[in-house]
Amino acid sequence: MFEFCTNPETLGDFQWFACYFTTGKLFNFYGSFVTVLVLLFITAPTALAFGFLGAMSARSHVAPVSWLGKAYIAIVRGVPDIAFFMFFVIALDQGFEYLRHQALCPDWDQPIRQGNDFIVCAQAKLPLSTSDQWVHEVYGFFLAVLTFSIVFGAFAANVLFGAMRAVPHGQMETAEAYGMSHRQAFWRVLVPQMWMYAMPGLGNLWMILIKATPLLFLLGVEDIVYWARELGGSINPRFTDYPHGDWRAQFFFGLLVFYLCFTRVSEIAFDRLSRRLAHGQAIATGGAS
Amino acid sequence: MSCIETIQDYALRSIGIGERLLPKTDFTLCQQFTLIGSGMIWNLYFGALALLVGFFIASAVAVGKSARSPWLRKPSEWFIFVFRGSPLFIQFFFAYVMFLKVKQAGYMPWLTSAQAGALIVLILNTSAYSGEIFNGALKAVPRGDIEAAKAYGITGWSRFRRITWPTMLRLAWPAYTNEAIFLFHATTLVFFSGFPTWRQQGDALYYASYFADKTFNPFVPYPILAGYFILLTLCVIGLYGLVNKRLNRHLPAERKRKLRIRPNLIR
Repeated sequence: MFEFCTNPETLGDFQWFACYFTTGKLFNFYGSFVTVLVLLFITAPTALAFGFLGAMSARSHVAPVSWLGKAYIAIVRGVPDIAFFMFFVIALDQGFEYLRHQALCPDWDQPIRQGNDFIVCAQAKLPLSTSDQWVHEVYGFFLAVLTFSIVFGAFAANVLFGAMRAVPHGQMETAEAYGMSHRQAFWRVLVPQMWMYAMPGLGNLWMILIKATPLLFLLGVEDIVYWARELGGSINPRFTDYPHGDWRAQFFFGLLVFYLCFTRVSEIAFDRLSRRLAHGQAIATGGAS
Repeated sequence: MSCIETIQDYALRSIGIGERLLPKTDFTLCQQFTLIGSGMIWNLYFGALALLVGFFIASAVAVGKSARSPWLRKPSEWFIFVFRGSPLFIQFFFAYVMFLKVKQAGYMPWLTSAQAGALIVLILNTSAYSGEIFNGALKAVPRGDIEAAKAYGITGWSRFRRITWPTMLRLAWPAYTNEAIFLFHATTLVFFSGFPTWRQQGDALYYASYFADKTFNPFVPYPILAGYFILLTLCVIGLYGLVNKRLNRHLPAERKRKLRIRPNLIR
């Protein structure tokens, strides 16, 4: 990177670190922060959409739909989310492959589950065994995003369901007195007002989501935890120009600080946002007076 | 091999009693139920001990955070901030590497084992979360209660122990129940976060993922695990509900706080 980096053994401390922090491997580490941020910014809206659907179906007047929504909300309460993560990544993968198998190879006569193996025809493999490495990585990341969205969608559904019920009943009655249909009242009165009640819950959820991102490591994505372990381990001078001892503690300390800053900044942002949303509302902390 | 034999061989496998080798082929449902259930022993161990010890530390932290002296307040605030602001997963990794360094320096080699090291992390983590909950409740203790205590001449430690603390617990209990549920869920992370398993003695998720890896079929072991955890969650809610009843027993019926479980709003 820098010109003086040609012979690292002769460098002083400061220059040594300047060179070390600009080696190619370290850029993989920096890139993994982007991976985490991308995951967060795709997952958050998707999970919110899933949550909205879940909350709407839980409110439905059709009994089976409402059971489905309520079951979706209830199941995440009792079970550790990490179990869901590990389940969905395999289950979704096999589900996709099974569907493609049904569509692409109709004249396949062997059973798909043979003992301890899951066998689909070669065309149905996801991603195809001939595709490049990056396709595999993107597919793995896509599965992770979907898994996160399903799990956090259930959390969000619970928050939104509560928020919809927290909107004062008089508001809906007034809307109907003005002649709005059920659907109109829902979209024009209930939905705009519920955000204020949902805000504390959603803010909390965002924090949980941030703190769940290291679990990407368990889903096989090369995220910050993966690189911190990889780069932090002691390196022999034979394999690198920048040998060092066991630096995992330093790397993990860096991650700890990163997460602390991230959650703190989010906390402040959410405080501001909820104060703005409460503006003009007739509640104790609102700015109505 | 009948199911009874399987249970005899594997029911206590996670603490090293019974058959030494895990099943390798021809997995039966019975084996999966037994081994995953056996792993629950560790989840119970981590969760129960962390809650027990964490409860007292949390009370101290809550009092410390509302103390007037900055020497008490600042450390409590930072403790809560660090453990609530960072992922438990990273805390486990960081703690494990630190414990490893301590071991290499020649002190306390037992710290790197999951039974001790991970338990310490869980204790500190739950202390921070519960400390924040207790601190919120401490601020919500009705002023009238304290004034009544003052009028009766109850002061100092006696007032804290007999008036403030029980009221704080009563107010915090619903949220604290959620924290307990979440802590039991968090115990599944232990063996995936650097802490090694010793002779394949792992927790429920460890065995569930073992079966999922071997059979390449997630649809059996994970629902079994989910079933066990739903049972555990119901037990926790039941037990904490009993305590909640006792904490509220002096109140007239209509003012009793019902235990409402909304886990995701807390953590």
